[in-house]
Amino acid sequence: MMVGLKSYGVYIPYFRLSRAEISKSWGGFPAPGERAVANYDEDTITIAVAACRDCLRGFDPQEIERLLLASTTFPYGEKQSASIVAAALDLKKEALTLDLSSSLRSGTTGVRLAFEAIRAGTSKNILVCASDIRMGLPNGPRELEFGDGASALLLGDTGVIATVDCMFSSNEDIYDVFRPAEENCVRSWEDRFCREAGYTQILLETITAAAKKFKFTAKDFAKAVLYAPNPGYLAGVARAAGFDLKTQVQDSLYSMVGNTGTALSSMMLAAALDEAKPGDRILWVGYGDGCDVIVLTVTDEITKIQERKTLQKHLTAKNTLSYPKYLRWRSVIETEPPMRPKPEPASAAALYRDRKCGMALYGVKCKDCGTVQYPVQRICMSCLSKDNFEDYCFAHRIGRITTFSHDNLAVSPDPPSTVAVVDFDGGGRIMMDITDRDPSEIKIGMPVEMTFRHIRYVEGIHNYWWKCRPMRSSVLS
Amino acid sequence: MESIKDKVAIVGMGCTKFGENWGKSYDDMIIEAVYEAYEDAGMEPKDIQAYWIGSYWSGLPAPSMPLSTILKVGYKPVTHIENMCATASDALRNAAYAVASGACDIALAIGAEKLKDSGFSGLPTDEIAMGITSTAPNTFRSRNFTAPSHFAMMATSYFNKYGLSPEEGKRMLAKIMVKNHHNGSFSPKAHFQREITIEQVLNAPIIAWPLGLFDCCGVSDGAAAAILVRGDKARSFRKDPIFVKALQIAVGWQEGYMNPQHDWTMVKETYQAGLAAYAEAGIKNPRNEISMAEVHDCFSITEAVIYEDLQFTRRGGAREEVDAGTFELTGELPVNMDGGLKCFGHPIGATGLRMMYEIYKQIQGKAGPRQVKHPKLGLTHNLGGTPGGATVSVSIVGP
Repeated sequence: MMVGLKSYGVYIPYFRLSRAEISKSWGGFPAPGERAVANYDEDTITIAVAACRDCLRGFDPQEIERLLLASTTFPYGEKQSASIVAAALDLKKEALTLDLSSSLRSGTTGVRLAFEAIRAGTSKNILVCASDIRMGLPNGPRELEFGDGASALLLGDTGVIATVDCMFSSNEDIYDVFRPAEENCVRSWEDRFCREAGYTQILLETITAAAKKFKFTAKDFAKAVLYAPNPGYLAGVARAAGFDLKTQVQDSLYSMVGNTGTALSSMMLAAALDEAKPGDRILWVGYGDGCDVIVLTVTDEITKIQERKTLQKHLTAKNTLSYPKYLRWRSVIETEPPMRPKPEPASAAALYRDRKCGMALYGVKCKDCGTVQYPVQRICMSCLSKDNFEDYCFAHRIGRITTFSHDNLAVSPDPPSTVAVVDFDGGGRIMMDITDRDPSEIKIGMPVEMTFRHIRYVEGIHNYWWKCRPMRSSVLS
Repeated sequence: MESIKDKVAIVGMGCTKFGENWGKSYDDMIIEAVYEAYEDAGMEPKDIQAYWIGSYWSGLPAPSMPLSTILKVGYKPVTHIENMCATASDALRNAAYAVASGACDIALAIGAEKLKDSGFSGLPTDEIAMGITSTAPNTFRSRNFTAPSHFAMMATSYFNKYGLSPEEGKRMLAKIMVKNHHNGSFSPKAHFQREITIEQVLNAPIIAWPLGLFDCCGVSDGAAAAILVRGDKARSFRKDPIFVKALQIAVGWQEGYMNPQHDWTMVKETYQAGLAAYAEAGIKNPRNEISMAEVHDCFSITEAVIYEDLQFTRRGGAREEVDAGTFELTGELPVNMDGGLKCFGHPIGATGLRMMYEIYKQIQGKAGPRQVKHPKLGLTHNLGGTPGGATVSVSIVGP
């Protein structure tokens, strides 16, 4: 039985914040590069959904048997995030869902758990997603370092693009980077301690122990994919582990995305797999409260997934964000509240009844006349037949803008709010907001794709629904 | 199906000044409008046999008992009506049906709204609207809803369909708003009574692209009232009553939100309510037979499309009619003689009866500098909701 990765996907938000702009705002030394910032309507859940959708392109969500979701920034202390993601992905009810929380390493640990379950024959298709939107205090090093993003891996025992050959883990109790449950921003001990006693030492010890157990050396690998909060840490540990910096070490995406926390190691793996050749061996290392070491071998199947240009399409679809907008979107600063009605809470009972239509974007298709309609209707808008429908999912369909407006009156952290009439290829119409857009590019007739978004947070309930966005790239079709 | 034509007449009306009535409460405005109507009809409060109070947002969820308390109606029937922006017209319609049925001989219809206690600019109803436009009630899974953006989408689509650049389209709409401001300048009870220029409209801040500040109507407080009696008894109350010819309502099923066939360049509900009203009133050629109209210019594009939906002109013909001055005070078919929603203001639940107040005064020849020459049939039109899903009233009255 060949067990390993069947697919991978990532999600990098549309907006990039220049580190130089952050530094300039505080009078500091201009830091290089830019970091990805989740839109105001995104959170750990929505970007996880986006990465999973990217990963599951061409796969049937109903065949997923388990979803493991890793993050340090889940929206609820009590209420599972994986089940929210499962609802948006339209996974089957019998799918096992689990949140893996609190450690930056939980993404790679999740892969290990998934691998072992498949090898043990208890499951065939397991989706492992890692997603983080971490915060550092303004004018601090972590605000510069962090980026927002998510990544997803599908593991199974058929059609494998990279086999998992061996795995090794360690744990360590250390206060290098950490966040008390009641705080929003990540704290850190002195950088030299974090780097030397923490990151570098723990990585080297674990890699060395794994190498001894599984009898490998640095030269065996085409690529080392080592979690690293920044390029300095990465270069130091890679050199010490015996890797050639120019040819063997996967870039940490620091200059374009930033440290995406739990999601970073699998996002770096995706970048490596985008460039890998059949037969390549990859040393993959996750870090946080210890270390996970995983060895992979790329198979001939890799070329099919590489056609998606996974990283490239996310890196090229982007727009710049100002620092004040970032501060507002992440609620770092309190802005003047709008003179508009206060948002009302959604009803939990109503959300429950609406979960298939709202979360998985299902409408209906009339069995009598074939008319597609959203939201779910009981009387057909076309032939008036009653309760004679089949389910019809819009989440993967392409829509076209029939008309639109840029609304300055609507309350939005990113005015104007762009709203559109969206008509779908294959039938059906939904009125939706357009997100991740440059207002000047919006035209009648332009194609849009669906994206799962955070709609409002009122009285403890995060409310989610769908918006549309301009097509990310021509690679998506 | 019988017609209501000539079975009911209006013999008294009242209307407050519309605007930001900081010094007047909802109760104050109702008393003002109702007592003006009593005086106009030469009636005592005790003469009224049944009451219909229309309000969309004020006094919810139970304005009936407050009305009885405000007016001390005794132990008579009071009914609250809500039908979005057609609320007051529907209060009038229900009161008229009661009189026509013989259930009562004298009825009072009131429309009243206090919007400016909210502290908001714009309507204080976004949450209600988001509730209506959600995937299901109480989920708030909705687009970010405002009224301006939804009418703006009609402008975007209209411009596109008829090949107007945004500049050309906005200029056409600006002329309509300049007309309504001109009319409003002769209207002492209007919220806004100032002339504006096309350049002011075009250079105003954008509210919801392509619509700017002057493309949007006022958000106002106000109240209006009408006393209805049996048509055959009307002349015993006054020599110049006006007679109801048609009262129609059309409520859409939000087709524009669901059906790709709907192209957002017309409002089907207006077209359908117009057809029904013309049939009820026996009108064959609306353009020739209607002397004047008060229509729901909540936004500039709405008025342009109403010209077409009510068959005052052909589809796509609004621009040439605007250029020809057809709907100006001195034009062939004056529209919004009192300034319309744009200038008179738009207290949601009061607007339909304010429109009727203007038609009533015009037919009686009491409209002063706004007076239309030899008016015969007058039409009022309300549009609640959005172009994608609306509740529309069309009422026709005449001498």
